Amino acid sequence: MTTSTGAAAKAQPWNDPNARPYVEVEHITKSFGDFKAVNDVSLKIYKGEIFCLLGASGCGKTTLLRMLGGFETPSSGRIFIDGEDMTGVPPYERPVNMMFQSYALFPHMNVEQNVAFGLKQDRLPRPEIQQRVATMLDLVKMSEYAKRKPHQLSGGQRQRVALARSLVKRPKLLLLDEPLGALDKKLREHTQFELISLQDKLGVTFVVVTHDQEEAMTLASRIGVMNHGEIVQAGTPSEIYEFPSSKFVADFIGSVNMFEGKLIEDEPQYVRIGSPELGATIYVSHGISAPPEAVVWAAVRPEKIFMSTAAPVGGPDNVVRGAVQDIAYLGDLSIYLVRLPTGKIVRVTQPNTSRHADAISWDQQVYLSWDATSPVVVTR
Amino acid sequence: MNYRSSYFILTCLGLGFAFLYIPILSMVVFSFNASKLVTVWDGAHSPTLKWYIALLQNEEILDAAWISVKVALINASGAVILGTLAGFGLARFRQFRGRFTLNAMTTAPLVMPEVITGLSLLLLFVALEQLIGWPAGRGITTMTIAHMTFSMAYVTVIINSRLATFDTALEEAAMDLGAHPLKVFFVITLPIIFPAILSGWLLAFTLSWDDLVISSFTSGPGSSTLPMVVFSKVRLGVSPEINVLATITISVVTTMIVAVSVWMARKARLERAVP
Amino acid sequence: MRRALQLQRIGITGRGLVVALPYLWLMLFFVAPFIIVLKISFSDIDLAIPPYKPLLEWVGKNSLAIKVNFNNYAFLFTDSLYLRAFGNSIKVAFISTLWCLVIGYPMAYGIARARAATRNVLLLLVILPFWTSLLLRVYAWIGLLKANGVINNVLMSLGFIHEPLTMLYTPFAMYIGIVYSYLPFLILPLYANLEKMDWQLLEAAEDLGCRPWQAFYKITLPLSRNGILAGSMLVFIPAVGEFVIPALLGGPNALMIGRVLWDEFFSNRAWPVASAVAILLLILLVPFMMWYQSVQARETAGAR
Repeated sequence: MTTSTGAAAKAQPWNDPNARPYVEVEHITKSFGDFKAVNDVSLKIYKGEIFCLLGASGCGKTTLLRMLGGFETPSSGRIFIDGEDMTGVPPYERPVNMMFQSYALFPHMNVEQNVAFGLKQDRLPRPEIQQRVATMLDLVKMSEYAKRKPHQLSGGQRQRVALARSLVKRPKLLLLDEPLGALDKKLREHTQFELISLQDKLGVTFVVVTHDQEEAMTLASRIGVMNHGEIVQAGTPSEIYEFPSSKFVADFIGSVNMFEGKLIEDEPQYVRIGSPELGATIYVSHGISAPPEAVVWAAVRPEKIFMSTAAPVGGPDNVVRGAVQDIAYLGDLSIYLVRLPTGKIVRVTQPNTSRHADAISWDQQVYLSWDATSPVVVTR
Repeated sequence: MNYRSSYFILTCLGLGFAFLYIPILSMVVFSFNASKLVTVWDGAHSPTLKWYIALLQNEEILDAAWISVKVALINASGAVILGTLAGFGLARFRQFRGRFTLNAMTTAPLVMPEVITGLSLLLLFVALEQLIGWPAGRGITTMTIAHMTFSMAYVTVIINSRLATFDTALEEAAMDLGAHPLKVFFVITLPIIFPAILSGWLLAFTLSWDDLVISSFTSGPGSSTLPMVVFSKVRLGVSPEINVLATITISVVTTMIVAVSVWMARKARLERAVP
Repeated sequence: MRRALQLQRIGITGRGLVVALPYLWLMLFFVAPFIIVLKISFSDIDLAIPPYKPLLEWVGKNSLAIKVNFNNYAFLFTDSLYLRAFGNSIKVAFISTLWCLVIGYPMAYGIARARAATRNVLLLLVILPFWTSLLLRVYAWIGLLKANGVINNVLMSLGFIHEPLTMLYTPFAMYIGIVYSYLPFLILPLYANLEKMDWQLLEAAEDLGCRPWQAFYKITLPLSRNGILAGSMLVFIPAVGEFVIPALLGGPNALMIGRVLWDEFFSNRAWPVASAVAILLLILLVPFMMWYQSVQARETAGAR
């Protein structure tokens, strides 16, 4: 899962200490009575990014988005957009536009009028409005539907109109609230790539809210994982996936095997973890920072585990034996649930690259092993 | 949804609607009866239109009808404005000083007996006249004010419930695109809830047109409304002209309601028939 | 934006302005009148225009006397006419409400269970009488119930009776009038409540062994409680103070408090007494009105 070539080729401004953030969220808190929907969140978003706020429902991501749009005022903290303090500014005075989850197309206006609405509020001359509306409709491929009313359009068509309407004002920041939620799977994939190419073409900074991790992984240049009103980790999709900073993040994105254990050896270049539930030791080829005797978890992704009928080469670390309990055949890959002698179930995925006569089947005894670089150790 | 045809329910429905409509139908039928006794059918000379002609020449009734129309028109328009403001406030503003009071004041008139509201308003007008000289005597002005007061309660309820099902994202989207809240109300909200406003207007018009008790209390010499004239005639017994009036009223109302329903059904069908 | 902030500092907000107009209007034309009614209920009757003595009177140059006259209220409680009228009004309103329920509940139920197309037509048929003048519809019953009216004529011509039944100007006529006029007011909120019901609950009950009537009694009826209460209040409260129907159908002996108030006011020109009647009627009905409000609040809260 990669971002478009355009984004990949750009430098990563979040790693550049001299880069000026385009959107800065400073210690934002939003309380509703006693309940803290957003709890002391700070973020830096850079120009041209697609930043995804990812989390389950109720985690505060939508509240944070609405504060960026001006629909909620923060209880404390400040929001800067392109250097200006926008904290108390109402939505109709912000250079920010939002694409709503329900699209919110005005039912009594046709497509053209919907898209032109924002430009009319800016009191632009009519020829310019007409021209910009036409260009934008062309860009989203809705030109021939210009005179239709929203109830005469399909879900995907309405979404494109909503997108056109929110982009035509060339906002500094575009907020998208679950943009692909209402679309079916095929349309969703197609629209994901369309969104990325559109963003690339126009260079608008996106902030997307979603609960769908696949969506986040596809769209985002960076993801902010949220839980209980806080950002638990922010990073590129690969960073989040390969180097989760906590059990929550590791478990939230994709599937993962968590092995609980204690540090046996703790050196700068490696650690060894003894895991009773695994029934073996885990050798990780990098150091971690944790207090001695701390309980840690080693997270190993299912696709990083090798499964074989013959014993693998290599030491007692990172190897276990078990019996195949369940197989789920998904066409391109298969998921195996392997039961260890300790009772722990390990999830392994393998691509179905060839058809063997000696393919692994139920109740078969197998060896599971993984590379020393594969486990990610998390301490919380 | 399955229709569980229970004979009991069907019978109840049939009898119930018969109960509702037999009086109405009897009035219509007897409006064509030549006999002055109204309910004794004069087979020899009926059906006849003579009472229709008589009604259209009855100055008292025509004058009263004209006054009723004037009052009802002003009342409906005023009540819609007041009721929309109140309904909008109650629906959109979660908290404001006096919210409980406003809510109570807009729901009480719906159930309060009219004699109480009528009496209280008349006493107010008398006291005001003593205090500041306005309103000078009772008449169309006082009646209109009185009607507007209770009509707006109905409009408030209609608008409030319509706005409750209104997608606030539409208003937020408009604000997001640069429209000031006031503009949002006039350009987005109002056009969309227009059918509710229209039905509020029609309801207020009808309530005023049909009102007897409050009008009696708050009217003055020379400002008798149609219901007041009808009442004075009817206290003495049946009168064929009243049957005619009833038939005309019922026909107009029926036509309008049927027309509106058909129009709305067709609009809904069109909107649904698209992918 | 700056202007808005300036105005906010002196307490004027956009929101405030929106609700101010209806609020002030109702304060002046709905609440203030009640205060005046209260005041006048404590005054003396006077042969003047207006026919009551002022409450405050200058006595000498620097003193103001407030004369609070409780005679009007005392009069109401000693003269049995008024107590009987109050009692009778409540009784009539209560019985009428029950009849409305008996007739209206099956109708509301039938409409709620009907198919969508039929339902709309049936609703239309219920609403139509509501839009035609109450006065005219009550008048229709005069024509039906009088001695040489339709019902008597039909019954006599069919040979069921030989002498016309006295129906007009009896309590019976009044009940018919009230039930007839207020029936739509019960059907509509009850229908609105029943329409939201999950009919699968009944199917589940029958699946578990309940007979249809039991299912209705144990499930539908309790769940429609709010609708029943709302509809009943919409009938009962205005019916207590009803004037037109007793005046046209009840005859001179129909003792309803609304009529008493009217007569005191228009025939006797006894404004203070009429005001006292109004205040007592209001006190009587306010608990019911508050009950209605709380039922409505529960209904909308449950809907969300």
